[in-house]
Amino acid sequence: MNFRAVRAIYVFEMSRTARTLLQSIVSPVLSISLYFIVFGAAIGSRIPQIEGVSYGAFLVPGLIMLMLLTQSVANASFGIYFPRFTGTIYEILSAPVSAFEIVLGYVGAAATKSLVLGLIILATAGLFVPLRIDHPLWMVAFLLLTAVTFSLLGFIIGIWADGFEKLQVIPMLVITPLTFLGGSFYSIDILPPFWRTVTLFNPVVYLVSGFRWSFYGISDVGVGLSLAMTLLFLALCLAVVWWIFRTGYRLKN
Amino acid sequence: MSVISVANLSKTYAGGFRALKDISLDIRRGEIFALLGPNGAGKTTLISIICGIVNPSAGRVTVDGHDVVADYRAARSTIGLVPQELTTDAFETVWATVAFSRGLFGKPANPAHIEKVLRDLSLWEKKDSMLRTLSGGMKRRVLIAKALSHEPRVLFLDEPTAGVDVELRKDMWNVVRALRDSGVTIILTTHYIEEAEQMADRVGVINRGEIVLVEEKAELMRKLGRKQLTVLLQKPLDTIPDSLAAHRLTLAAEGMALIYNYDTRGERTGITALLGDLNAAGIRFRDLHTTQSSLEDIFVGLVSER
Repeated sequence: MNFRAVRAIYVFEMSRTARTLLQSIVSPVLSISLYFIVFGAAIGSRIPQIEGVSYGAFLVPGLIMLMLLTQSVANASFGIYFPRFTGTIYEILSAPVSAFEIVLGYVGAAATKSLVLGLIILATAGLFVPLRIDHPLWMVAFLLLTAVTFSLLGFIIGIWADGFEKLQVIPMLVITPLTFLGGSFYSIDILPPFWRTVTLFNPVVYLVSGFRWSFYGISDVGVGLSLAMTLLFLALCLAVVWWIFRTGYRLKN
Repeated sequence: MSVISVANLSKTYAGGFRALKDISLDIRRGEIFALLGPNGAGKTTLISIICGIVNPSAGRVTVDGHDVVADYRAARSTIGLVPQELTTDAFETVWATVAFSRGLFGKPANPAHIEKVLRDLSLWEKKDSMLRTLSGGMKRRVLIAKALSHEPRVLFLDEPTAGVDVELRKDMWNVVRALRDSGVTIILTTHYIEEAEQMADRVGVINRGEIVLVEEKAELMRKLGRKQLTVLLQKPLDTIPDSLAAHRLTLAAEGMALIYNYDTRGERTGITALLGDLNAAGIRFRDLHTTQSSLEDIFVGLVSER
C-alpha cells in the first residue's frame, strides 16, 4: 500500500479546498441557510408539525442530504476531471499507485469536504431551528456512507465527462430533481398512493428517510431498508469504478 | 545489459488507429537513447505504454526486469517521465508540486534532495512562485524537477526542449549528462536532430508505428553518412566538360564551384579519379572542402524511403 501517495493526493485536494473557501464552504452554507430562513422560519412557521416535529426541524436532515449529495458529486467529479482536462493526470497514471489508492485519495478528500460541510450546516441549522438527534452514531454513519457513495458517483462522472457541460449534466438534471422529489422537503406519506409508489423508485428517498430517522426517529421507509439501499448504491458505484480501472475507460485508452 | 525490454508491442486505439505495430526494442542500462520520428510515428504512445499511461493491445514491456503491467509498482518506481505537453497545475507553488510528485512515488519527504533538484535546474529562486506565473521554459524545468523528485533510474524526456531557448536547452543538456554520469538511463524523443546528435549514445528511428532502425549514433553516421566535396575553381566554367560526365558533377556559385557527391560506405569514393580527370581537363582549382550529412539528413532519408 502506497500510503504516501494517498496522502499526497488527499492533501493536494484538501489544499485546493482551502484555496477556494468561498466557493467550497461559504457558498453552500449560505444557500442552505437561505433555505432555513425561507422554508424553515418564514413559510415553515405556517406549516403544521409533521409527526410531532416542527417543519423547520423536519427540513434539516433533507437539506443536509441535498447539500451532501450535490457537493460530494461536484467535489469528486471536479477533482478527477480537472487533471484529465489539464493533462496532469499523466503523473497519477505513471506513478506506482493502485486504482484503490487513487480512489482513496480523491474520493476520501471529496467525502471529507462533504462531511465537514454537513457538520457546519448542522451547526448552522441549530441557530435557526430546535434540533434533536436521537441516534447520533447512525446519523454519522448515514452521513459518512452517503458522502462516500456520492463522492464515488462524482468520481465516475469526472471520468465519464469529456467536457465541462457533461460535468454539470448529472448533478443538475438528475441529482437535484431526485433530491427535491425524494422527500427532502416533505414526508412522502402526504403523496397520493400512486405517486408514493413511483417515489419509492427514487434512491434518494431511502437516504433522506434513514438520515431523518437518525434525528427524530421518524421515517418514510424502514431504516433497515434505507441502510440496505445505501449500501447497494455504494456497491454499484464501487463496481463501476473497478470496471473503469480494469478497462482503462477514458483513462488509458 | 538492457534496462528496458520491449517485446512484440502493439497498440490499436479505440478508433482503430494502429499506433504501434509489433515493436521490439532493448534500451541498455546507463545509455542515452534518442528516439526519432515524425509526428504521429508512435513515439509518445511507446513511452506512454512503458510508463503505464496507456494500455498495450499486445506484447510485453519490462523495466529493470519488472513487467509494467503485472509488476507495475516496481516498474514505475524506477521511472521518471517528462511529458511533451506543458501540463502543470496553475495554483500550486513550484516547491509544492515537486514535493507532491515525490509523495506520489511513495518516497519519504526529502527537502534536501528537492532543493538540489531545484538548484540544478535554476528553479530555486522560483520555489515559492505559483506555476501559472512561470514562463514556458520555467514550466518545462518544473516538469523535469517533478520527474527527478523521486530519484528515478530511468528518465523519459518526451521532446524536453521543444519551445525553449538556446540557453535553457544547454542547461538541460548539462543536467541530462550529469544524470547519465550518475548511472541514470535516459530515453529522449526529439524533433531537434541536433539534440540527438550531441547527446545520444544510440539512436532509434520510429515511423508509422514501426522501429525502422536502431544503431549506435557514431556507427549510424559512419554507415549512412553521405559526403559532399566542393571544388572551388580558379576560373568560372560555363558548362561541365563531357570528359567529367561520369562523375555527375553539378555546377554552383555561378560556375566557380563544382559539387561532387559520394558515399563513404562505398569501397571507392571516386575522389582520386575526379581530381585526376579535372587535371586532365585543364581545370585548376584553388580550394576544396567536404561536408558530411547530418543526422537530420539521414533521418529524413530513412523516413521518406518508406
